[in-house]
Amino acid sequence: MNRRDALSRVALILGGTIVGAEAFLSGCKTGDKKLGESLNLSPDDISFLDEVGDTILPTTASSPGAKDTHIGDFMKTIVNDCYEDKDQKIFLAGMQKLDNASKAKYNKSFLEADTNQRHDLLVALDKEQKDYMDKKKPEDPTHYFRMMKELTLWGYFTSEIGATKALRYVAIPGHYEGCVPYKKGDKAWAT
Amino acid sequence: MPDSLQINHSSPDQYHYDAIVIGSGISGGWAAKELCEQGLKVLMLERGRNFEHIKDYASAKKDPWEFEHRGRVTEAQLKERPVIARTWGKSEAIMEYWAKDIDCPYTEVKPFKWWRSYQLGGRSILWGRQSYRWSDFDFWANAKDGWAVDWPIRYKDISPWYDHVEKFIGVSGSPEGLAQLPDGHFLPPMEMTCVEKDVAARIKEKYEGKRHMIIGRAANLTAAIPERGQCQFRNRCWEGCPFGAYFSTQSSTLPAARSTGKLTVRPFSIVTRIIYDKDRNRAKGVEILDAENNKTYQYSSKIVFLNASALNSAWVLMNSATDIWPEGLGSSSGELGHNIMDHHYNLGASGVMEGYEDKYYYGRRPNGFYIVRFANLFGDKRDYLRGFGYQGGGNRQGWSRSVAELSIGGDFKDALTEPGEWSIGMTGFGELLPYHDNKISLDKMKKDKWGLPVLAMDAELKDNEKKMRKDIVTEAHAMLDAAGVKNIMTWDGGHEVGDGIHEMGSARMGLDPKTSVLNKWNQVWDAPNVFVTDGACMVSSACQNPSLTYMALTARAATHAIEELKKGNI
Repeated sequence: MNRRDALSRVALILGGTIVGAEAFLSGCKTGDKKLGESLNLSPDDISFLDEVGDTILPTTASSPGAKDTHIGDFMKTIVNDCYEDKDQKIFLAGMQKLDNASKAKYNKSFLEADTNQRHDLLVALDKEQKDYMDKKKPEDPTHYFRMMKELTLWGYFTSEIGATKALRYVAIPGHYEGCVPYKKGDKAWAT
Repeated sequence: MPDSLQINHSSPDQYHYDAIVIGSGISGGWAAKELCEQGLKVLMLERGRNFEHIKDYASAKKDPWEFEHRGRVTEAQLKERPVIARTWGKSEAIMEYWAKDIDCPYTEVKPFKWWRSYQLGGRSILWGRQSYRWSDFDFWANAKDGWAVDWPIRYKDISPWYDHVEKFIGVSGSPEGLAQLPDGHFLPPMEMTCVEKDVAARIKEKYEGKRHMIIGRAANLTAAIPERGQCQFRNRCWEGCPFGAYFSTQSSTLPAARSTGKLTVRPFSIVTRIIYDKDRNRAKGVEILDAENNKTYQYSSKIVFLNASALNSAWVLMNSATDIWPEGLGSSSGELGHNIMDHHYNLGASGVMEGYEDKYYYGRRPNGFYIVRFANLFGDKRDYLRGFGYQGGGNRQGWSRSVAELSIGGDFKDALTEPGEWSIGMTGFGELLPYHDNKISLDKMKKDKWGLPVLAMDAELKDNEKKMRKDIVTEAHAMLDAAGVKNIMTWDGGHEVGDGIHEMGSARMGLDPKTSVLNKWNQVWDAPNVFVTDGACMVSSACQNPSLTYMALTARAATHAIEELKKGNI
């Protein structure tokens, strides 16, 4: 029985919520609670995914980063509703794997690592997933970081911020021109 | 709910009509319009739900980010629609437009993908809108090759009906003066992209004017038509168009039929059989099962138009007049349910066009280019029969492209906010010959949600198609190469019959009742007041998209039906 289950049972026995339980839990989380324990991702899990997404697509001079599009919530929705069981497991386990990779490399959790460290870690993980995905057999599982990267790109560029600030979006073009001038720096069409 | 949906079953006249139309899709809508406009009192039966123009296009005005799953379907939805789950039709906006496969299963003796939409308008809401005339090369093909049976009509018989249909639905396209792809009444053509224009010009030059890459001919309004809006270039047609700017039953034929005051539409009406009067050799009407209350009702009429889509129309016939013909109405020829055809596709080539970095486009074109058939025409002899066309597009890549030199981070993100290089690709659409042993039959051991027997599909590609597929890939590569396209990749993803969504042939027309189910006016030989004018009637498949031909045949048959009624022949 883990700490959260234990508290739930206490709450059940007492017939109500334990005041201060969440504070107690969050106070004890470091080094104790795992990331991605269940599909019902916690606020901490979502924050973690927001930071992973924001490292993949950070804020730049020209547009906001993935965290501003609530990329963690988006990942949660898609993984819960649209992923097969086996991929859900890979994704959830991947969250802790990513954090462990950070601890191994920097002796710090991903959230404790600084921006440059996070970037370098994910560059390394991206290389790892590319090498793996290129060589793997079709029936082999997908690499967890491939999932996180795809979800980040997809969620970001189809969000309102992504479509209208990082890209150009016209809801109703009204007409079509097959061949118009383009100059470097013009944004791509969102759809 | 409009008045036309109210059937008062306590009123005797609610049970009798001049004509009953089974199905409300592309051809059923045309039958209803033509018959109503000729003054007949028409009952249109639709097995699925009512589906109102504009009001029921739930997603059509949403922005992309308003879709909870950004276009992807959920695992739960896939479980309800295991057939659509195997296709590219699984998309969040329109997933509920597809029939719930688990309610109406079918048996796959051989793999078969059956894309079904059981709601008012049928697949006219979801269709690809490509609208091509067939030519005498197609209507003569079986006779010239000595294959199957001859078409009972030629191009001259259908040509005025193509005119009639195109003028009403609106087809955008360019006149090209090609004998194998006759011109029609076109609204202005859509424009090609810069790369497509140059590729088309290079193909014309390299193949000395014998190959033609043209803009697709699409039933999208590039100019105004009364009471319908012009295309707004959103490219979201299949969600249903709030502007009514592409042809569907709802945007086009249904309003015309309703405006006569002669139409009654009855949703949730699964036709279980055509009621046959063996003394008069005529249909008396139809029996339906109400899909909501499971009650049986009978409606009578002078004529019946069967437009349930090719395979379901055959199913209705197989379940009718079985006391006289165990295999069903129209089975006396031995051809009912046989000669199943489709267009085989899911193969082709794509590559990258270097340069053109200073070119782009505006708007989202709901259409692509078309490469007209050239194989086995004008002396271009191949080691197989018939031919194929290609459909494709040339566009700049978007954010989903990979950026080889970048991994993650700010530079990566900023690079993806600009358009990538130009890519161009195309898939072939090949003719599938009619084979007697490509067939469907009733599987009486398996029942659907309503206790009705289901269809068993037993159809496959054979040697002729397999040879053709090799050629489709080879020629796609050769043409892109000739046009200067680089990094060309070819693919052949295989084809399960049905996946072309162009099912045809299950109750073919012909000149002889011994070898065909329908005569040259689409009348069932054994019941001349029953007309089958959807894909079931086709004698060969050609390689052009068939819907325009179904519409033309329907209008032609409806007019013939009126004449025959006036003469007292039916």
